[in-house]
Amino acid sequence: MTRLGALRAALLVLLLAVAGFAAAQANLEINTPAIAALQRSMQDRHGQLQPLYASGAVGLTRDGNVALRDANAVPLAQRAQVNALVAAENQDRAALYREIARANGKPEWESDIRATFAQRWIDKAQPGWYYQNASGAWVKK
Amino acid sequence: MTGRAGWKIVGVTLACMLAGCVTINIYFPAAAAERAADRIIDEVWQLKPDAVKPKTDKPAGTP
Repeated sequence: MTRLGALRAALLVLLLAVAGFAAAQANLEINTPAIAALQRSMQDRHGQLQPLYASGAVGLTRDGNVALRDANAVPLAQRAQVNALVAAENQDRAALYREIARANGKPEWESDIRATFAQRWIDKAQPGWYYQNASGAWVKK
Repeated sequence: MTGRAGWKIVGVTLACMLAGCVTINIYFPAAAAERAADRIIDEVWQLKPDAVKPKTDKPAGTP
């Protein structure tokens, strides 16, 4: 092999390695049927949850869930329904965090994924919604 | 540059990348997770990327 040939081969190897490295670092896998189904389910439920966030009845917890924050903001007759809504949402959220970890072949990432979501739900919440700060106290955004 | 020097650079670079890959496997990819969370939350809460930028509700011409 000539000197130039060797250099060219070396550069090619380098280029392929860089491409592979970039691909490995790129994104988490979230395009699975299970994740899409959870996303749809949560999106459908959001129509019912949105007024509850706005009234302060339901808030975003620091651990990536939702919780009934102020039961008095909900008429007694609807309280059971709101509790069921909160429970169903938390079930979907837990499944979502688990599924993302699983889809990426790293079940042990589940709690890290939950923590990331917890922060991003709060960051993206609308003004007036309640969330839990690091010490667990409710704060109005 | 000689051919030998070229292979040396390749060797060092590959070694660094291998170390990087090991790091990726051990540590949680926080930035990638944040991007994934953002995409899912935008979808669930129906936030369009345009709507995220702060709204200026002041009507034009108001002092």
